[in-house]
Amino acid sequence: MRRSSDSLLKPLTAALAGISALLLVGMLGFLLAESWPALAHGGWLRFASLDWYPLEGRFGLTAMCIATLAVAALATLLAAPLGLACALFARFQAPPALAAGFRGLLALMAGVPSVVYGFWGLTVLVPLLARWQPPGASLLAAGLVLALMILPTVALLAHAALAAVPRTLLDGAAALGLSRRATLLKVAVPAARRGIGGGVLLGLARALGETMAVLMVAGNVVQLPASVFDPVRVLTANIALEMAYATGTHRAGLFVSGLLLALLALGLAWFAARLEPRHA
Amino acid sequence: MKRFLIFLATLLAALAILPGAQAAGGKLVLTGSSTVAPLALEIGKRFEAMNPGVRVDVQTGGSSRGVADAMNGLADIGLVSRALKPEETKTLTAHTLALDGVALIVHAGNPVRQLDDAQIKAIYTGQTRNWRAAGGADLPITVVNKAEGRSTLELFLHYTGLKNSQIRAQAVIGDNQQGIKTVAGNPGAIGYVSIGAAEYAVEHGVPIKLLPMAGVPATTGAVRSGRFPLSRPLNLVTRGAPSPLAARFIAFARSPAVRDLIEAQYFVPPPR
Repeated sequence: MRRSSDSLLKPLTAALAGISALLLVGMLGFLLAESWPALAHGGWLRFASLDWYPLEGRFGLTAMCIATLAVAALATLLAAPLGLACALFARFQAPPALAAGFRGLLALMAGVPSVVYGFWGLTVLVPLLARWQPPGASLLAAGLVLALMILPTVALLAHAALAAVPRTLLDGAAALGLSRRATLLKVAVPAARRGIGGGVLLGLARALGETMAVLMVAGNVVQLPASVFDPVRVLTANIALEMAYATGTHRAGLFVSGLLLALLALGLAWFAARLEPRHA
Repeated sequence: MKRFLIFLATLLAALAILPGAQAAGGKLVLTGSSTVAPLALEIGKRFEAMNPGVRVDVQTGGSSRGVADAMNGLADIGLVSRALKPEETKTLTAHTLALDGVALIVHAGNPVRQLDDAQIKAIYTGQTRNWRAAGGADLPITVVNKAEGRSTLELFLHYTGLKNSQIRAQAVIGDNQQGIKTVAGNPGAIGYVSIGAAEYAVEHGVPIKLLPMAGVPATTGAVRSGRFPLSRPLNLVTRGAPSPLAARFIAFARSPAVRDLIEAQYFVPPPR
């Protein structure tokens, strides 16, 4: 009995893995096929412009592409140091009971649906920003909400990486009489840097793909932002805003947004994979 | 393991059967405007409950799809959130289901009481950027526009005679609720949403204000009487004489039996 289920395991896992891989390839193929009407008409160049007025035949994606990267980068820049600080605190500084509670809080934060963050952003953060720098819905608002969303991911993964730093390294640092600060920043963090980097990349990927929260707070105006207080539209929000109402080339143009987003995510995955091998 | 394989097989079998199951019984296909579709869906549910065996299938895709599908017979009934154009009335018949009005909204604390068409155009094209120039306080204007493809945007552009690329917006929103929340949270904002949704929000204490258009107050009453300029009919359109089932559905959709459904979606039942 045991033998037969073992001999089944390999083909079964292979088949399931194969299905997953096929689904991914199929999805890319589907995106390409659906975007084809827009890509075939007038070629790639029309997507390089800044103006997105699909009903007037203008399909520029550059502004949205830059906005997507800017929002994700801002969120990551804010969340990475905060997340690392949270992890260092929970791993090394906090009393055990507080550390456990703090980790529980982070796990809870990671589980809150994104639309809740978006709703909070729309009803609390955006009006606050609007009083200071109208219109409020802006690159900054999107970056702040996203930073809050990816903070638990970054913090929990950094914490796991710090927890995996060999005890001997820390003991060695203590034996050398290093200060607490030097032990943490010069020994523990460098030893855990690949794990921390992995968490930051995962957070960045989540920030790139997030839709609802950004849709609610970013303002969704297609333009190159001159400052962080300008509203921007990201690629995911573009699809969510217009897909339900789009037909013909407009619809195909939205699929091009999706294709571009998939390529960005693949590029990020490739970059993350390049970091990995040296890990072992 | 075996149980899992059986489960997988059942799932696949169910997936294979599912599309076939839809073909049986009397069926109505309705396609078109995303404004009308949610209402048509609710009316369809009630119609199905009263006529066992009948299935009402509602799909969205915009008013243009509603016209095209009714024209070439892909749908029994097209959903169109505007009056038919003269060349369309040659082949299609419109049955008005409800009326929808679009109102300009500002924050309740905004002292501006009304805007004429030229002022609205100047604000939406970015020539007027401060409320002081429109008779209000010294406050920058936040222009809230709708995402491309929305029928409210289409109606607004048609009324103002602007192209979407001429509009300089500071925020672009999707549905009415997002628009109401955006304006309620920003004292300098101006936007436009369905009158029914805005009236409902005002009744529930949301700090927004509806502006009159061309001197006509923005109320569902003004929309019903046909005096409100920024309004449109929501139509069921058919090509030639509808099939008996489609005719029954249209009669049902225009009867008092669905009045509560129309009002629940913030639309205005037409005068009868």
